[in-house]
Amino acid sequence: MSDTQGDTRRETAGLLEIQGLKTQFRTRRGVVPAVDDVSVSVGRGEVVGIVGESGCGKSVTSLSLLGLVTHPGKVVGGSALFDGVDLLTLDNKGIRAIRGRDISMIFQEPMTSLNPVYTVGQQVSECLRSHASGVSRKAARASVEEMFEMVGIPEPRARLDAWPHQLSGGLRQRVMIAMALICKPKLLIADEPTTALDVTIEAQILALMKDLRRDTGTAIMLISHNLGVIAETCDRVYVMYAGRVMEEAEVFELFDSPTHPYTRGLLASMPRIGGERGPRKPLYSIRGNVPDMQQLPKGCRFAPRCDFAMARCVESEPPLLDASHATGNPGGKPHLSRCWLAEASGAGGQQ
Amino acid sequence: MGRYIIKKLLISIPVMFGIMLTTFFLLNVIPGDPIALMMKDHISVDVVARVRAQMHLDDPVFIRFFRFLGGALHGDFGISYKLNRPVSYLLATAFPNTLALALSAALVSWIIGIPAGILSAVKRYSLVDNFFMGFSVLGVSMPVFWTGLLFQYIFSLKLHLLPVAGFKGPLYLIMPAIVLGWSSAGTIARLTRSSLLEVMRNDYIRTARAKGLREIAVVVRHALKNSMLPVVTVMALQVSGLLSGAVITESVFGIPGVGRIAVNAIQNRDMPLLQGSVVLTTFLVIIGNLTADIVYSWLDPRIRYGNPEGKK
Repeated sequence: MSDTQGDTRRETAGLLEIQGLKTQFRTRRGVVPAVDDVSVSVGRGEVVGIVGESGCGKSVTSLSLLGLVTHPGKVVGGSALFDGVDLLTLDNKGIRAIRGRDISMIFQEPMTSLNPVYTVGQQVSECLRSHASGVSRKAARASVEEMFEMVGIPEPRARLDAWPHQLSGGLRQRVMIAMALICKPKLLIADEPTTALDVTIEAQILALMKDLRRDTGTAIMLISHNLGVIAETCDRVYVMYAGRVMEEAEVFELFDSPTHPYTRGLLASMPRIGGERGPRKPLYSIRGNVPDMQQLPKGCRFAPRCDFAMARCVESEPPLLDASHATGNPGGKPHLSRCWLAEASGAGGQQ
Repeated sequence: MGRYIIKKLLISIPVMFGIMLTTFFLLNVIPGDPIALMMKDHISVDVVARVRAQMHLDDPVFIRFFRFLGGALHGDFGISYKLNRPVSYLLATAFPNTLALALSAALVSWIIGIPAGILSAVKRYSLVDNFFMGFSVLGVSMPVFWTGLLFQYIFSLKLHLLPVAGFKGPLYLIMPAIVLGWSSAGTIARLTRSSLLEVMRNDYIRTARAKGLREIAVVVRHALKNSMLPVVTVMALQVSGLLSGAVITESVFGIPGVGRIAVNAIQNRDMPLLQGSVVLTTFLVIIGNLTADIVYSWLDPRIRYGNPEGKK
């Protein structure tokens, strides 16, 4: 589809380059900087994870890309180059042409994400027909059936006329995935796609997403609070906290040698069978609470909860520093950490 | 679907019976002798007694009820005391007028109310929203007799555009339909607005937007159908109400309808006529509710398929 757009696009290495994204919610009590200077890149065919606690801004980041942040939220800064086009500067018509065609989304709640008054076949073919003009009803129906088959919906033809309430959560999420993929997008944003599902169904859906990436080459931005899901699926991971990216690394490196104390805390708070903590010890949890987004600390946002906090951490916030030296893997893929410790143990940083 | 309707119809039989029973006994205990009212003062006690006996008014109330019920099943509601004509004839003559008024008023209220509600919801807090909501507050709060007189003054007496009152053709219907429709339109507009705003917060609206649909398609195709359930309820109730007689409007505009018949029957203690109007009203309300039920199941497949999830 990119060739139809001509040569006006600036060539970029990756598929998506988000630079310094800022999204704020202006409430009566003040401004909430939900996403504060976030930079994320996704390569073609790459699966990128964004992980963090509730309210860290991971969902808002994805909604900002497609202009789906609702009032009182507003994107106030940054850029998001997708195939060389800045999504944040597109008008309504421009972004609509991208939504569902080049970038599609699946959401957390398959139970409520489908409209109860239309059949699932209607809802999926609507997506196709709104982007590809001149597709007959019959042809659309055939493609939807094919798509249903591809995402592993049993009896796809009969399911076309099923109502959402007649399907289980797992099937509904498969319908959502079929809807997201029907236009063969370049990027699929999956916002907590398995959080509402049973563990067995979760495994199936994750396997399905991996297969689809392999077969179609669609890049995936996977948003989750679940480190297990991230580890299972992603190539590269961004760890977010209080609207900021705290650490960025390849998935194996992040899990093997996390450098940011927040990432370490997250990993330590994962329950493990027969882990080093022993069966009787209580599960580790990061002390304190997520900061009030309207009264963020002056220095590092994690400092008040950090076991390694120094005087410097309270004074000034670290930039994303190169942490590859700390992990004994210099010169590899970038490993960035927003922590002064990374500077102390390594060489120079990246602003 | 057919079974669903039949079930609803069967349930309405005991409802009809209960309403007939209640009104019959209530009308029996209200003070005022119909014969005395009918005959005025210049008739002797003997004559009154004879007429009462002739009309079986001295029989026990149960016997009279079953006699009434038996007649009603054959469509015979007796003879009006005051007008001395069959009740069914009187109602059948008045009802078309009421039907014409009610349907045109309902049409006016839907044509104004639903689009006004949609625009207000989509352009929330805007000038358009404020205008339509002010317009609907006016409609709801201004009494119909006053709006009616105002319209008559402006459009008939001053501008000579429409006939003042009476009922001799479609032209006579315009003013009463607008006056009556406006007051219903206010309720419908407010309800459409709030229901639509509620639905627009749903996850599937975000899905529809994420598909790349135009905003108008999101609102009309994905939000409107879901938001019409409470609106349909009120529309059905309003139509039933309008059909059972918009007494005030009928009086202001001199339309010989069911409402005026019922009010006159009450004043004259004209039991058969009153009883007949109540039965007619009950029947219309039941039909109205049944229509609403059918529209519901058309709007929401969860109701059609009897899924408990539909009742959220």
